[in-house]
Amino acid sequence: MNSRHSFLIGVSIFFALIMSLMPLPFTFEPFRPDWVLLVLMYWSLAVPHRLNIGTAWVVGLLIDLASGSPLGVNSLTFSICIFVTASNFQKIRNFSIWQQAILVGLFLMFYHLMQFWLNHFLMDVYFNPQYLWPVVTGMLSWPWIFLLLRKYRRHFRIR
Amino acid sequence: MKLMFGRTVSLQLRLFVAVLLSIVLIVGDKYTQGSTTVRTSLNTLVSPLIYLANLPYEVFSFGAKSLQTREQLLSENEALKQKQLLQSEQLQQYQFLTKENQKLRALLGSSAKQANRKIIAQILSVHSNPYSHQVVINRGAIDGLSEGQAVIDEMGVVGQLTKVGSTTSRVLLMTDTTHATPVRILRNEVRTVVEGMGKINQVKLSHVPHSLDVRIGDVLVTSGLGGTFPEGYPVAIVTEINRDEGSPFAQVYAEPVAQLDRIRLLVVLWRQQQEIISSE
Repeated sequence: MNSRHSFLIGVSIFFALIMSLMPLPFTFEPFRPDWVLLVLMYWSLAVPHRLNIGTAWVVGLLIDLASGSPLGVNSLTFSICIFVTASNFQKIRNFSIWQQAILVGLFLMFYHLMQFWLNHFLMDVYFNPQYLWPVVTGMLSWPWIFLLLRKYRRHFRIR
Repeated sequence: MKLMFGRTVSLQLRLFVAVLLSIVLIVGDKYTQGSTTVRTSLNTLVSPLIYLANLPYEVFSFGAKSLQTREQLLSENEALKQKQLLQSEQLQQYQFLTKENQKLRALLGSSAKQANRKIIAQILSVHSNPYSHQVVINRGAIDGLSEGQAVIDEMGVVGQLTKVGSTTSRVLLMTDTTHATPVRILRNEVRTVVEGMGKINQVKLSHVPHSLDVRIGDVLVTSGLGGTFPEGYPVAIVTEINRDEGSPFAQVYAEPVAQLDRIRLLVVLWRQQQEIISSE
């Protein structure tokens, strides 16, 4: 019974991974939301006893390997973001979807700034405001992800 | 079902462990290099993901190819045949010239240049880290690739291999901020270094003295120094020179010869055989 829930959560994370690696037309590329982080955030709010910092760390490492960033950067940033959501899940759950979206936007901003700092420290990249587009698109797509995953969770009775 | 408030390990401790492990990874990744088995197997781990993410693109491009009309295919065939004819004419000359070059080198007593081993690779279109310029190719350690090999396309130098898995590997493009290519100016053999700036259509020449003889339109080719890139492949063409006497160096910008934003097929080169260098 236990493994079925974890497997279904794993399936959703797997789809998010594919979505975040899939090629997009060049013009849409800077606007790609961080699907994986959004899905991880949802599960850490909905079932914090199943998905936690450990999962976030492993998935972050997979992202690092698949997208060719320095190893450990996404593991670190994912773990910190999931720590924030998992430690406040009872508060965040009680907000309305739009309030949640704004909060998620803040977390995403934090995530991207951490990403930039680490990459700046490791590879000397310079700041480009374009790097922050995923914050806006991620914030706007949160309600849809939330509703979709809630339907998924209720349909398969993942607890 | 587990109790909502009963946790085994506190979140703070988990976070502490995760942060510690990440820092170990970051430091380990930055300060070690070479294609060790650990790295290759880690890169191999995500290869299926990359192939799967590339699948939609393959399906679309296959669909677009099958929908081409007969006339389009015929005209394309005609154009390719003409191109091939022109190139084979140049090739006849080339064979004569290489023979002559070998004879002249023998007369001078220097070692003959040997043709490199090479392999054709295709780009898998997947999303990469937005902070760096890199592409994934469909060849890996199985085909004998290793870190640091030079990659070119039909026009010129593209970059070098960085992360090699067993069936996929990553090419760091020459426009990445961490990449530098040793070059010389084709016109007057002056050596310099081309650095990436993180822009796909612009690179810069580093530490160019004001007195250096460089002009707009100069072709930069690989100098063969540094050992990564074989000598003589075109790299970039100088587009902008800013000789401001107030700054310590002249600012020289160039445009890469290879079409880095629309590459599809690449050639991976092996390094020249070690014994040739030692016999010199």
